[in-house]
Amino acid sequence: MDKTHIKYTLSWATLALMIFILIFVMTIFNIIGPYGMTTIVLIGINLIAAVGLNLVIGMSGQFSLGHAGFMAIGAYATALIATAIPTVFGFVISLLIGATLSGIVALIVGIPTLRLRGDYLAIATLGVAEIIRILIMNLKITRGPAGIFAIPSFVNWQVVFGLSVLTIIVVVNLVRSTTGRAIIAVRDNEIAAESLGINTTKYKVIAFVIGAMLAALAGGLRASFIQSVSPQDYSFMQSITILIIVVLGGIGSISGTVITAVALGILDVVLQSFGSLRMVIYALILIIVMLFRPQGLLGTFEFSLKTMLFSSGGDNDKDHSKNA
Amino acid sequence: MSSIIQQLINGVILGSVYALLALGYTMVYGIIKLINFAHGDVYMLGAYFGYFFIRVMHLNFFIALILSMAICSVLGMLIEFIAYRPLRHSPRIAVLISALGVSFFLQNGMSYLYGSDKRAFPQAIETTQYHFGALQISNIQIIIVTTAVALMILLHLIVKRTKMGRAMRAVSADEEAAILMGINVSRTISFTFAIGSALAAAGGVLIGLYYNNIDPLMGMTPGIKAFVAAVLGGIGIIPGAALGGWLIGILETMAQAVGLSNYKDAIVYAILIIILLLKPTGILGKNKREKV
Repeated sequence: MDKTHIKYTLSWATLALMIFILIFVMTIFNIIGPYGMTTIVLIGINLIAAVGLNLVIGMSGQFSLGHAGFMAIGAYATALIATAIPTVFGFVISLLIGATLSGIVALIVGIPTLRLRGDYLAIATLGVAEIIRILIMNLKITRGPAGIFAIPSFVNWQVVFGLSVLTIIVVVNLVRSTTGRAIIAVRDNEIAAESLGINTTKYKVIAFVIGAMLAALAGGLRASFIQSVSPQDYSFMQSITILIIVVLGGIGSISGTVITAVALGILDVVLQSFGSLRMVIYALILIIVMLFRPQGLLGTFEFSLKTMLFSSGGDNDKDHSKNA
Repeated sequence: MSSIIQQLINGVILGSVYALLALGYTMVYGIIKLINFAHGDVYMLGAYFGYFFIRVMHLNFFIALILSMAICSVLGMLIEFIAYRPLRHSPRIAVLISALGVSFFLQNGMSYLYGSDKRAFPQAIETTQYHFGALQISNIQIIIVTTAVALMILLHLIVKRTKMGRAMRAVSADEEAAILMGINVSRTISFTFAIGSALAAAGGVLIGLYYNNIDPLMGMTPGIKAFVAAVLGGIGIIPGAALGGWLIGILETMAQAVGLSNYKDAIVYAILIIILLLKPTGILGKNKREKV
């Protein structure tokens, strides 16, 4: 570890801490009420799911339309287990079990479909998410369309904030690891990657499974925060909500995902006053952003403190040229 | 036995509407590789135009059907021109999100303008039931199937016999080669959207007549199912979409008949996944060898 690297890591930690303190101070002085608090927590939860999906879409170049299904697995795991064992331990266990289950489902779906090229994962995940939702709707243990209520709450904004930061650290580091480079190589040119000896299916599956596990984590947090789950919360629309965050922010840009998750969360609050016109405006914004910035707001550009604070050329120039 | 045949008949009727929708999906996917999420909403608009022409203008059902198809084909071209054409050389996912945007816009725009409640579709044609032994079939069911089949034959003739149809096949086979042969690709894509949207509108009006109610979100589930039908038959292959539509319709009614109506959609998706695992190119699909 050289000195710049430590400085760089420290400055990220400082940034995260500053945002944390900012929110904390705002809660103390009642600048953000309970409604604002809910918005912040939901932004954090969407962010975790979206960062996971960006790993699948942006980094491995595979297209998943069923993120809601994996969120539902996590949400129901937490709903059932945390209700049975209403302690922090039970809650943590429920998150782990949810993530594991979701990872297993992703593995089962991913291994056969990711061998193929094209939109097959999109179609298969769409189907799997719908099957999961229909099962939840009809099984006894999940209590049908009404869902489960009175789930013990272990989630506050600090927990979600911490886990969001953790998710970003894990995913960013993964992308920069050998595995991550392989995943990106598969995205950029599958045939070239294959001829360099990269097991393309393996890396696509790794990205997909991690994405699914993060989705389950987000689902579990959401279930415990809202204290209820119902199958309607995890319909196709939920997958689309997460997908939109990823695409608007820039496919392959984690910082873009973070910014859009926050921006859309705030936009949602602002548009609330428009009533039923809200979704119409939202749809128009979506089309207009795509028409003028088809690569997403940030493209593949990443905000880098390294560039901003200790600009030393080299690696950073590449990022800029990509953005241009 | 007769109840199985009865369910088969019901399945074919529902399947005809899925097939009409699936044809639009498959043509658009074949030509620009886009999963056109707004397609189900064009179907919804078609049903609303049908409602307008029959209820407000008091037109004959078939005139309403044709007018609704004509308006929707113009709308389909307009959607393509505004939301998809500027993105033709962008990453495919951008077009997809744009399609989702159009879909949201149509759904919520209609909810905003006309309310999100269900509306009763006018009974433009008096229902009469015909009995064949234990089987029964209504005149409306016959109208649905014959209209759907007639439109499919018409589509087949357009694609196989006309100049525009040949252009469509050429662009879908190899866009660059088609440009070199002097084919106006933009116009061909517009034409594809016009035809696909007209078929979707026909499906919407027919389903309005069959189920007697319409609402702004009515296109969502049939839209996804029609897409599944297109994949099932082999996406990009026109007869495949018709076959897939009928198969899904029959499967769904059969699932209902054996008491699994809560799981009917799950069964449709499960079949889809099995098909993807066994024969990812769909029932009628051909394996393409990959070239480096």
